Amino acid sequence: MTPSPPRRFPHPLAPLAALAAALCLHALPAQAGATLDAIKKRGEIACGVSSGVPGFSAADDKGQWRGLDVDVCRAIAAAVLGDATKVKWVPLGSQQRFSALQAGEVDILSRNTTWTLTRDASLGISFAAVTYYDGQGFLVPKRFKVASALQLKDADICVQSGTTTEKNLADYFRAQGIRVKPVVFEKFDASLKAFFNGRCVAYTTDASSLAGIRAGEAPNPDDYAILPELISKEPLGPAVRRGDEDWLAIVKWVVFALIEAEELGVTRDNAEARLKGKDPAAGRLLGQGEDLGKALGLDAQWAYRAVRAVGNYGEIFDRNLGAGSPLKLERGANALWNKGGLMYAPPLR
Amino acid sequence: MSAARTGRAAWLLQIALFAALAAGAWWLAGTAAEEMRARGIRSGFDFFAQPAGFWISEGVFEFDPAESYLKAFAAGLANTLRVALPAIAAALLLGTLVGIGRLARNPLLRGLCTAYVETLRNIPLLLQLFTWYYLLTAMLPPAAEAIELLPHVFLGSGGLALPWVADGGLSLPQRGGFAITGGAHLSPEYLALFIGLTGYTAAYIAESVRGGLQSVSAGQRQAAAALGLTPRQTLRLVTLPQALPMLVPPLANQSLNLLKNSSLAVAIGYPELVSIANTTLNQTGRAVECIAVVLAVYLLLCAVGIAIAHALESRLRHWERA
Repeated sequence: MTPSPPRRFPHPLAPLAALAAALCLHALPAQAGATLDAIKKRGEIACGVSSGVPGFSAADDKGQWRGLDVDVCRAIAAAVLGDATKVKWVPLGSQQRFSALQAGEVDILSRNTTWTLTRDASLGISFAAVTYYDGQGFLVPKRFKVASALQLKDADICVQSGTTTEKNLADYFRAQGIRVKPVVFEKFDASLKAFFNGRCVAYTTDASSLAGIRAGEAPNPDDYAILPELISKEPLGPAVRRGDEDWLAIVKWVVFALIEAEELGVTRDNAEARLKGKDPAAGRLLGQGEDLGKALGLDAQWAYRAVRAVGNYGEIFDRNLGAGSPLKLERGANALWNKGGLMYAPPLR
Repeated sequence: MSAARTGRAAWLLQIALFAALAAGAWWLAGTAAEEMRARGIRSGFDFFAQPAGFWISEGVFEFDPAESYLKAFAAGLANTLRVALPAIAAALLLGTLVGIGRLARNPLLRGLCTAYVETLRNIPLLLQLFTWYYLLTAMLPPAAEAIELLPHVFLGSGGLALPWVADGGLSLPQRGGFAITGGAHLSPEYLALFIGLTGYTAAYIAESVRGGLQSVSAGQRQAAAALGLTPRQTLRLVTLPQALPMLVPPLANQSLNLLKNSSLAVAIGYPELVSIANTTLNQTGRAVECIAVVLAVYLLLCAVGIAIAHALESRLRHWERA
């Protein structure tokens, strides 16, 4: 089972704290480049993660943060500060996450957050890239013999609030002309506990999380099944505060560098050899010859250090979500574009 | 200095203080709005007219996702009152009985009431809610296999279903595929919250009632006994009427506490005002606006509660004099 991370238990009026934080906005750097300067001065990156979603960001039994979202922050720390361990982890609830980013409590929000128009355009934040293409699905106990989401008429469905999930649920079933009853919990654990205690016929959230929940939280994983329907598009990725284009570019291109590294076959182990190899594209990525780092305000070996720290995108995926993890997720839409997936980095040149 | 002049000075001071507070609040709101604009964060209350797009699982009235956020907030407020008002009534009744029981001559009854007060008031309310919720969901069979307590009265992890008047006739709950359909339906979230709030607040009310009764001077009780009144008559005719006006402020306090504590419902999934505000906040990103509305609503509810308590108190004092 995935180790349970330390969980916070804020008061139901916790958004008040977020409000107070939002009112302190004026103390923060807004102009381009200010975020990078502040990070260098501080010597660490403040990275907003979840309080425990297996495979994306969760602390293991030794208190080490692990997951795809976590490795994105490590890669950025390696690229920017030269040390992947220089990250301050800030676990955020789904209600506090945007306020924390707006208020400057974190430099980057890497917390399985769906990129949507409203969030991108009206919250004072910018999404940098997609690190995981997800979709919302359903987990059901096998004993109810449900084979399709369309059989869930009148059913109670457990869901965590503060996500895109509630609206997707209503959209999907309204389009089908089916009425269901969402039972909405503020806390992830509370929603899971209620589901496994038999309060609901189904549990709904992003499909990747469902696999983690089934493998890690279910009393007996074989008693539960994930339904075939995916009812929404959930592109997940890191976001930064609006107004500092330089910092946005760094986050964006570190993610692209990890994807490019996979496409070029550059791995954590062979990066050193490839740096001196004959392939000009790999050389350019790793800082041999042309200096791409300069354009980002970094040094030549920014991407080399990122790949050396966490591996390429494929390695990150396998370790946290794929074959090398308890979740055993298929690459699916997250395979490279030339292998039938959607992962595509614009050219690094 | 004359009394009139002191009075005028006090008034001026109060007006100045109020003006300073209002100016401070105005400045805060203005700065926040300006900074949010500078940071590309949209603000304003225009989103209230937009369709909410989510379902509310239970409530006083049916809520459709095509209806506005404003209506969703109204449904949330209605759900807050739907649990808080009956729980206040139940807590006042239970608390008064337990408070009287604390002074009973029967040691068993007195011990039971003391145990009740000390247990419930010393366990955090949130834990009590979790416990009730766990008992009502994990210990009961799923809706499809709900226990039929009486004909057409079902109890399961989907809640309690009762026959109820609907469309001019009696609507009887029936077993459906995944739920009991028809009749009136109380969800386990509602039941856990109702039981938890009632039990917890009743413990505090019991203490207030005991204190109020004991504050009536012993001479009154002795005089009643000398007149040949039984203990029950003494309570009904002598002690309670004198204690009541004194009890109004603490009991009003406890009632308002219960109302505010109902916001703990977000932990166990009951869709009251704070829960709806949380969902709205996340869909729209309008954190400041949503929290401001929740604050204003609670403030307003409490102001109404206090006004009722004041009216009741002056009425009772009037009777006392009469």
